[in-house]
Amino acid sequence: MTAAVFFGCAFIAFGPALALYIFTIATEPLRVIFLIIGAFFWLVSLLFSSLFWFVARTITANKDGPIQKYLLILGVLVSVLIQELFRFVYYKLLKKASEGLKSINPDETTPSMRLLAYVSGLGFGIMSGVFAFVNTLSDSLGPGTVGIHGDSPQFFLNSAFMTLVIILLHVFWGIIFFDGCEKKKWSALLIVLLTHLLVSALTFISPHYGINLVSTYMIMLLMGIWAFFVAGGSCRNLKLCLLCQDKDFLLFNQRSR
Amino acid sequence: MLTFMASDSEEEVCDERTSLMSAESPPPRCCQEARQGLEDGENAAQWMPWPPGTRASGPQPAGWSFHLESTTQTAHVHFHDTRARRRRAHRGRSLWPSPCGFPQRSQDSEEDFEDDADHYVCGGVPGQPSGLEEELTLKYGAKHVIMLFVPVTLCMIVVVATIKSVRFYTEKNGQLIYTPFTEDTPSVGQRLLNSVLNTLIMISVIVAMTIFLVVLYKYRCYKFIHGWLIMSSLMLLFLFTYIYLGEVLKTYNVAMDYPTLFLTVWNFGAVGMVCIHWKGPLVLQQAYLIMISALMALVFIKYLPEWSAWVILGAISVYDLVAVLCPKGPLRMLVETAQERNEPIFPALIYSSAMVWTVGMAKLDPSSQGALQLPYDPEMEEDSYDSFGEPSYPEVFEPPLPGYPGDELEEEEERGVKLGLGDFIFYSVLVGKAAATGSGDWNTTLACFVAILIGLCLTLLLLAVFKKALPALPISITFGLIFYFSTDNLVRPFMDTLASHQLYI
Repeated sequence: MTAAVFFGCAFIAFGPALALYIFTIATEPLRVIFLIIGAFFWLVSLLFSSLFWFVARTITANKDGPIQKYLLILGVLVSVLIQELFRFVYYKLLKKASEGLKSINPDETTPSMRLLAYVSGLGFGIMSGVFAFVNTLSDSLGPGTVGIHGDSPQFFLNSAFMTLVIILLHVFWGIIFFDGCEKKKWSALLIVLLTHLLVSALTFISPHYGINLVSTYMIMLLMGIWAFFVAGGSCRNLKLCLLCQDKDFLLFNQRSR
Repeated sequence: MLTFMASDSEEEVCDERTSLMSAESPPPRCCQEARQGLEDGENAAQWMPWPPGTRASGPQPAGWSFHLESTTQTAHVHFHDTRARRRRAHRGRSLWPSPCGFPQRSQDSEEDFEDDADHYVCGGVPGQPSGLEEELTLKYGAKHVIMLFVPVTLCMIVVVATIKSVRFYTEKNGQLIYTPFTEDTPSVGQRLLNSVLNTLIMISVIVAMTIFLVVLYKYRCYKFIHGWLIMSSLMLLFLFTYIYLGEVLKTYNVAMDYPTLFLTVWNFGAVGMVCIHWKGPLVLQQAYLIMISALMALVFIKYLPEWSAWVILGAISVYDLVAVLCPKGPLRMLVETAQERNEPIFPALIYSSAMVWTVGMAKLDPSSQGALQLPYDPEMEEDSYDSFGEPSYPEVFEPPLPGYPGDELEEEEERGVKLGLGDFIFYSVLVGKAAATGSGDWNTTLACFVAILIGLCLTLLLLAVFKKALPALPISITFGLIFYFSTDNLVRPFMDTLASHQLYI
């Protein structure tokens, strides 16, 4: 496997996330910190899910056979639940921190909850994508032939696209989730949880990449549109932005120059 | 150890050591000024900010022995704030800590203020609500966290990249004399016992060295300390760099003739010695400090046996905690001695990330305006991360402006955070070990990296709250160790199984 595969897959998977980071987060220290804390929370959730799976496996005394597969499926579903739980915990923490910051310096522009939703979603997404894909990426630098035993030769590409969609989904889920928490719309939380479970469950049909990827991308588009409207976008805004007629945006850009 | 420190005291030390500083920098008179409170504007103008980046952080410790002990006492983070402190003194508030790093509570500050005019303990009646102090703390807090994240990340990246590519540093090739017990024992119990014994020996060596250093410092044997540090940094910058370069060239099968090698190593080492011990651009100095920390960490990763390394990491965090926080701890005594003498707390082995921040000014003479506002803008200052420590800065700030009207303070602030090089080294050792062991697993390395950053963040938060010298190792190393062992044993099998079935969570 060549350097082309490595770089190609790396940029497919992490390119948008890197761009989002560079253009929206890297300039503000507070956002970087919240991003890293978000990544940490995802890591802790992964730790708990691994612990659950490990304990379950030890209880069933490591027998081989279909039970391992069921345990794995159970592990995945429990992991999704724990991830969303930790997203909620992070929301609570941010709410407290936000109030604290606001009370301390009222005239400073503390990040709004929407911004923190985006940052936390990106943190979760980046960590999730990195953990899922980095080992595969490093293997792609080494020697080998993909699919020599009859597996699909598109293994790396599929993984890269899947990682990309997971990262973007986490961003959108973060926005929708936090908005649901803010407005006490528990149906939003439930839908986020269900779509996350759906996306993970879709990966169970793993050799059939086509269905898997296409449906996940459809879900991502839907979530993206929903997150756009939740974050305050509207068709009018979008039109103004695309036609470069958005006065606020143009003025803001001029000022910062 | 993390501390806040106003760099007033450093001005005087730096007068002798760093000549990039403007010669006319007036002696800080914040106490008197605060008392008078009248010619505030005038005096404020006279308080030329001490240019950052000119601090000559001392030499690296010589070789193994000194380095071991100095690493522990280098866990410092200093937080400089000349201007803000003076401004607050001027406004009659005693919010900011004294130059020597320990915060003076407002009740004490009055007396200290009267007693010792040279101590720049800013006394005065707190005339502003404390919320403002905390606001400023937090406002500067996030920036400083990032100012430390970046060098720590860079050091770790260098170490991990080297470990993953150069095989030399993962090969077992003997042990240090400080860890005499081997780990090639038949039984687990014996191995554990050996690693604990190794740790005990190492930590006692470190404690002995630290106490020796404190004693030397107390009895003002500066020449001895400087000579020692110069020897150790010579060794690091020349010998270890030569070995490192040799191994990297071997790995990539690049041939280099001896004259070129000599030229490269000589230039690197000589510039490094000048930058670290004498004067140099801040960025270059920081880069050299990061490189020598990485080199030292690589040496530790190579020569410390497996289990001993982990036990040593744990033990040294405990030692750091004890040494910095206990009243009789050597590092605390060092800090206090430096405070009494109004000297910077052992500038050797400390990474500093001073930053100059100019906020707008009011009612200036056109001449002074030009001089003082060049070349900084507030937005530019805040946004451009690498704008700190420009060497041209001192020339801009010429002697006091006599005609400075009004009492609008020029709100120039110099804020910096300092972290001891020992912290860099041990963070990198942890992450490097995580990268070296484990079956080529990147997840463990990344988990340790995030854990250490979060620990550093928490430590800086505590620093902002407590405003006194704090150990930087315990929280980060604890998180790092927890995440290393749990990721290696729990998360790795889980993620590997998921990856092999191509499941995504």
